[in-house]
Amino acid sequence: MEYIARVEVSLKPGHSDPEGETTKNSLKELNYPVREVRVSKVYRIILEASSAEEAEALVEEMCQRLLANPVKDDYTFKVEEKI
Amino acid sequence: MEKGEIRVCILRVGGTNCDAETKRAFTELGVEAEVYHINQIAKRGILQESEALVIPGGFSYGDYVRAGAILAKGLLTKLGDDLERFIEEGKPVLGICNGFQVLVEAGLLPGFDGVGSRPEAALTTNIPVGYRCRWVYLKHENRGNCIFTSKVPRDVTLRIPVAHAEGRFIFPEGKEQEYLERLYENDQLVFRYCDEDGRYAEGRYPTNPNGSFHDIAGICNPEGTVFGLMPHPERAYYGWQLPDWTRRGSPPKYGDGRLIFESMIDYLTRKF
Repeated sequence: MEYIARVEVSLKPGHSDPEGETTKNSLKELNYPVREVRVSKVYRIILEASSAEEAEALVEEMCQRLLANPVKDDYTFKVEEKI
Repeated sequence: MEKGEIRVCILRVGGTNCDAETKRAFTELGVEAEVYHINQIAKRGILQESEALVIPGGFSYGDYVRAGAILAKGLLTKLGDDLERFIEEGKPVLGICNGFQVLVEAGLLPGFDGVGSRPEAALTTNIPVGYRCRWVYLKHENRGNCIFTSKVPRDVTLRIPVAHAEGRFIFPEGKEQEYLERLYENDQLVFRYCDEDGRYAEGRYPTNPNGSFHDIAGICNPEGTVFGLMPHPERAYYGWQLPDWTRRGSPPKYGDGRLIFESMIDYLTRKF
């Protein structure tokens, strides 16, 4: 079966986010009342697995092995069956 | 081992772009250096026939996911056992700029717990954000463990350029002091950013060009045989590569970067 995973990798809270900071400043210059911007990365992954549990286990492994660096990144994901 | 017998393997993948000048630096020192694609290295067992491995600068695989991340996993999957043996035999591995990012992502640096561990540090987005290409000063901190700086006296200041957007060295939050102490205990700290007179940058831009923790520019593993640094020694190899020699009349013969390659070759001739 095919599953769609949506993985979001973001910087851990407390870690400085120079990209977010620069974006915030730019938005403020455009006169938006912005307090904070944090940048994260989203992956949409279509994968094959025999069950939702297996798909989740695979995505978890992908995050740990490649998509996130545990030193600075947090990750969350959602897996849905592809219809 | 004679100089002429030493074979240096320079690893290339899509996006590597400092392989030619790195090869030239080694060739100039009288050793045999060749550029190989990672798949060639894996298929033809090139590591077993080489005495040193260099991961040069560039933007491996477009720096997608994170700088160096994809090549790091490729290195472990495609060359894993060979690379582990290579490092255990004490053969030197040098990572320059993107190569440093690869070694950190692969968990080979700082490598507190040996090969195959998870990343214990990261090289992340510069503060201030942006690509920085400039000459920096580096203070040599190593007390003799790092085989790549044996020809550099302690506390000497070198001038070598950086060129990167993700060079801010960090440890996991809350572990900074503990890991820094380990770096000092194991004599793994090699270069820190400083000013022309050797005073530490203390985080100040542009002396510290990327906001690196503790002004860290380069570290080695506990054994001193795996070394990564953000600055490009191959771009400070010849005197004519220096930015200001025309103002001084004529270029010196060599730049400071040459010392790193010389130290590495010196180690190889003595050890093997």
